[in-house]
Amino acid sequence: MTGTLNLWLIPILPLAGAAINGFFGKKSSRRAVSTVALVFSGAAFACALLAVLRFWPESNTPYQEYLTHWIRAGSFSADFAFYLDRLSVVMVLVVTGVGFLIHIYSVGYMWDDPGYYRFFSYLNLFMFFMLTLVLANNYLLMFIGWEGVGLASYLLIGFWFTKDSAASAGKKAFIVNRIGDFGFLIGLFLLIQHFGSLNFTEVFDQVKPMGVEASAGRLTAIGILLMVGACGKSAQIPLYVWLPDAMEGPTPVSALIHAATMVTAGVYMVSRSHMIFERAPIALTVVAIIGTLTALFAATIGVTQTDIKKVLAYSTVSQLGYMFMACGVGAFSAGIFHLMTHAFFKGLLFLGAGSVIHAVGGEQDMRKMGGLKTYIPITFTVMLVATLAISGIPPLAGFWSKDEILWKAYESNPVYWVIGAITALITSFYMFRLLFMTFWGDYKGISVDDHGHAHATQGHGEHGHGEPHESPMVMLVPLVILAILSFVGGFVGIHNGFEHFLEPVFGGEFPKTITQGAGNTEWILMGISVAFAFAGLILAYILYVSKPYLPQKIADSLNGFYKAVLNKYYVDELYAAVFVKPLIDASSKVLWQGVDRKVIDDTINDAADGARHVSDEVRHMQSGNLRSYAGWIAAGAAIVIAYMTWLGVSR
Amino acid sequence: MVPLSYYLLLSGILFACGVTGFLIKRNIITIFMSIELMLNGVNLSFVAFAAHWHQLAGQVFVFFVMVVAAAESAVGLAIIIAVYRARETLNVDQVNLLKL
Repeated sequence: MTGTLNLWLIPILPLAGAAINGFFGKKSSRRAVSTVALVFSGAAFACALLAVLRFWPESNTPYQEYLTHWIRAGSFSADFAFYLDRLSVVMVLVVTGVGFLIHIYSVGYMWDDPGYYRFFSYLNLFMFFMLTLVLANNYLLMFIGWEGVGLASYLLIGFWFTKDSAASAGKKAFIVNRIGDFGFLIGLFLLIQHFGSLNFTEVFDQVKPMGVEASAGRLTAIGILLMVGACGKSAQIPLYVWLPDAMEGPTPVSALIHAATMVTAGVYMVSRSHMIFERAPIALTVVAIIGTLTALFAATIGVTQTDIKKVLAYSTVSQLGYMFMACGVGAFSAGIFHLMTHAFFKGLLFLGAGSVIHAVGGEQDMRKMGGLKTYIPITFTVMLVATLAISGIPPLAGFWSKDEILWKAYESNPVYWVIGAITALITSFYMFRLLFMTFWGDYKGISVDDHGHAHATQGHGEHGHGEPHESPMVMLVPLVILAILSFVGGFVGIHNGFEHFLEPVFGGEFPKTITQGAGNTEWILMGISVAFAFAGLILAYILYVSKPYLPQKIADSLNGFYKAVLNKYYVDELYAAVFVKPLIDASSKVLWQGVDRKVIDDTINDAADGARHVSDEVRHMQSGNLRSYAGWIAAGAAIVIAYMTWLGVSR
Repeated sequence: MVPLSYYLLLSGILFACGVTGFLIKRNIITIFMSIELMLNGVNLSFVAFAAHWHQLAGQVFVFFVMVVAAAESAVGLAIIIAVYRARETLNVDQVNLLKL
């Protein structure tokens, strides 16, 4: 590798695309808008591929590229500089690759939407910030990307902002993320305080010689605060509530931002900070527990949802939980592996769901679908591949990464493994439930002809067919490519290939104490998790295909519990009662009515009123009568003279 | 020799006449004349002091005042003519556009 890799081009290209579409897109044709969006995101992908190919031979050592200086304050500095190692290689390729595919898909999916240019401008903007996030060489630049993807996410969730639910979902995502960012920021402040720098290499060089913290110390504090940030962005307990609501956005957005890339930023950040976490076992345990609980919790909610996108949303939360579980047990490479395969199959699932929604004219309720496999065979095939992949059925991608995580979890603590395996069973169950409800049985929807036009304004435009129809080619090609990736993407993990690939990043400095002789256990565990995956499949088949009356009966017999799960454990209601309502009450009654109105406004108004009253009295002196003025002058002069005379006399 | 106090008393009387005329008269020309009267009252006390203390500065001052008063009368009379042409009155109480 000679010379520079020009990493800066990778984020700048989508930014240029966003600017061109944002400024000139309104007056351009749809074809021009989509060309600009595709050319710039495609060019970013090409640049990333090129850079990675040139970086490849020397990828053992990280590569840094300095663009220009940004902040210089005393000894502290943060620059516009980029950092490429094998971890960012994975992230950059996933973001640009999957991002580019989703751009192509969106060309078809959003074709009838009046905000076409706006959509692509936002989507390119998102790419810019996400690439800044993964390529930054310091925490501050990473934070810029971090906030930027939050902004893009807000804009895209509220893309149909005339819809009240979409607008408030966008706000919710933004505010919940702010809570996480608060923790992240404080973590950064602590980093500055202790290490005087936010540069990755500078911080990690200082962390490296430090020992493992036996009790809670500064690294633990930093780790937990960074984890709070990651919880917000990656939708972990207790900050996961925004992600299901984020499904108000267009489906390609859900695929790109809320499944494949942005929500994994937290996992990336934790992995990037592995030096800190490895030396703070308490923080690591917190990560593992939160991840494990989130995985199980979200999976159970996913079972009861009937909105096809909501099921996938809870599934995403659950899968992110797996990734955090992996990070929490110190298996960062397994977490990143699952991040990558998840980007393939969950991106595919969302795009497939988009294709289904497109086919049935905007309907998202699975109870009104069914029997679609004969109408839309290609979509059905790719959805089947993705479902098999996420359920962990070999040899698809999800099997390899999930099995890797479960194995590492078992090595750390069998409790994680038990919960993880149960979650795998539930995952398999709700995913096949989705598949069976959507594609098996008879079509229960209304004729699309009657229904389609009502939704045309939402961008799921219809072409006036009487029955569900397959999506156009431009949507199917990305689906097929992602299906292939979901199929073969896991093979890089055979013989720990992926782990070896990431070894230069995560290193072997903390060798796991488990011996490699545990091969038998690994096989048994693998067998169990595969058996669980099939059990979920069979259970779903029994309940939703062969005996479709059973689910209602089971739900009735579990009355109270079922209702709680159906209502997402009332978490939203709880948050509303505990945090939102007191905050609104305090703001409106104390701060607004009390402080703002009674104290600030009244002080100002009283002062103004006083001044007006005094002036009202005093203005009578200014009669405009020349002689009265002269009289005042004479009287004044007389007083002055009298005073001076008195002074002279008394002396 | 007439004592200083006589001059000062006369000066004060002249000034008081000027002030009184200024305050009670409505005709703008009379008011103008009252101003001149006040100026001359002051001038008188200037020369009286100058003679008493043998200081020429007081007399020089008087010349300044007279020059300024002459200039002022020229401008003032011009204004009065302009006001009369515009309003056809010399009564100050009727020239009160600036009044609230």
